[in-house]
Amino acid sequence: MSLSYQDLINEAKHEIPEIEPADLADLIGRVAIFDVRESDEYEQGAIATAKLLPRGLLEGAIDKHIDDPGEKIVVYCAGGARSALAAQTLTRMGYSNVSSLQGGFGRWKSDGHPWGLPEALSNDQRGRYSRHILLPEVGEEGQIRLLESKALIVGAGGLGSPAALYLAAAGVGTIGIVDFDVVDATNLQRQILHNLDRVGQSKVESARETLTALNPDVKIITYDERLSAENVLQIFSGYDVVVDGGDNFPTRYLVNDASVHLGIPVVHGSIFRFEGQVTVFEPYTGPCYRCQYPEPPPPELAPSCAEAGVLGVLPGVIGTLQAMEVLKILLGIGDTLSGRLLTYDGLSQEFRTLRIRRDPTCPACSDESHPPAIVEYDQFCTPAGVVARAG
Amino acid sequence: MSAVVKIPTSLRGLTGGSSEVEVPAGRLGEVITNLTDTYPDLGERLLDEKGNLRRFVNVFVAEDDIRFLEGLETEVSSGQVVTILPAVAGG
Ligand SMILES: [Zn+2]
Repeated sequence: MSLSYQDLINEAKHEIPEIEPADLADLIGRVAIFDVRESDEYEQGAIATAKLLPRGLLEGAIDKHIDDPGEKIVVYCAGGARSALAAQTLTRMGYSNVSSLQGGFGRWKSDGHPWGLPEALSNDQRGRYSRHILLPEVGEEGQIRLLESKALIVGAGGLGSPAALYLAAAGVGTIGIVDFDVVDATNLQRQILHNLDRVGQSKVESARETLTALNPDVKIITYDERLSAENVLQIFSGYDVVVDGGDNFPTRYLVNDASVHLGIPVVHGSIFRFEGQVTVFEPYTGPCYRCQYPEPPPPELAPSCAEAGVLGVLPGVIGTLQAMEVLKILLGIGDTLSGRLLTYDGLSQEFRTLRIRRDPTCPACSDESHPPAIVEYDQFCTPAGVVARAG
Repeated sequence: MSAVVKIPTSLRGLTGGSSEVEVPAGRLGEVITNLTDTYPDLGERLLDEKGNLRRFVNVFVAEDDIRFLEGLETEVSSGQVVTILPAVAGG
């Protein structure tokens, strides 16, 4: 005996429970809701907490969203037919608490329950970010999150260049770049944001041109100024994460104190000749830069890249690791380097991970109720012991 | 019965270019004394006038910062790695 489509739906509705829109409305936040329509239908409007999982993908992808087969699941479509079949299939797969929304999204809307236009990617974006979307840890949701994120990069130099390129390519929606310098021919051995045509041009403008050409989705905000006690809080405010690619100690202490002040995580990278260090400073949950380095070395013991030289690919390695940490922080996946210092020696090609801790006497982060005041450092750096604190 | 001290690039000029130096195991203070007896210029870089570690130099025994262990009293056992890690600012 062959069954018509209507027979199949009747049979499914007989086998699985249906839920009234009003009952689902009471359960919002305590139930996993899947919209099993096609993406073009979903984009016209959906239940706010629902995840799009078109029927064609449902059976293959459900386990990436649901860990416990006994979890309460509600599926819906436009009118309740496709979702009845979807619920029947899920029940057969062992999901024991699945119901289908009676009357579907149409009745949900006509009954006056809330709905909205979901944040969705354009078709171009689905193509551009398809290799991200394929990752269950990222998906369309994660990509939307990246597009809504804001990362600030301090320094459009050796570390800032690869970090900015990868973050722009990844679709981090807003990238701020702080640098007061102009492109110099000696930069081009490692600062891959820039090129020979841009020599003499401001680094932030050169960065904007490169990054916009790579990914026009990304909004680039440039700060063509030297980071200082006067401007640092204003510049940092509103960013989700700061990438420290500075090239001197005063800037690094300033970045630290401002980020602790505002509670913004810093992805730290620093380099010397063939060696680099990477870590994440997560204010008040992990150590900060001052916990790790309470005092800067005297200038004669701390030569810069300009004085000491650096192998050009080294900032490429370290800046790229910083970009990786930024994406993890923005997506909320994996274990960041908070509390761990990753060291890299290019000559021996060795990575090591050292444990770093919060210093209970840290002048910057030991007391959350008294964030550090922001003070200017000269090139010799005010000793950390006298870091000012807000009253 | 020796430990290995890893010398960072920035200090290798003071150890004749060596990136690793073997020293007898023991208290960290003794390990550093051994090291600086061999390379006196390194001593000045690591220790202040009072013989305390300078605050801009971090020393790790195995994976741990000695500030959170026993400082210069930390026992370094045979085969353990001591890492000297100065702050670097380049970018
Ligand atoms: Zn701290």
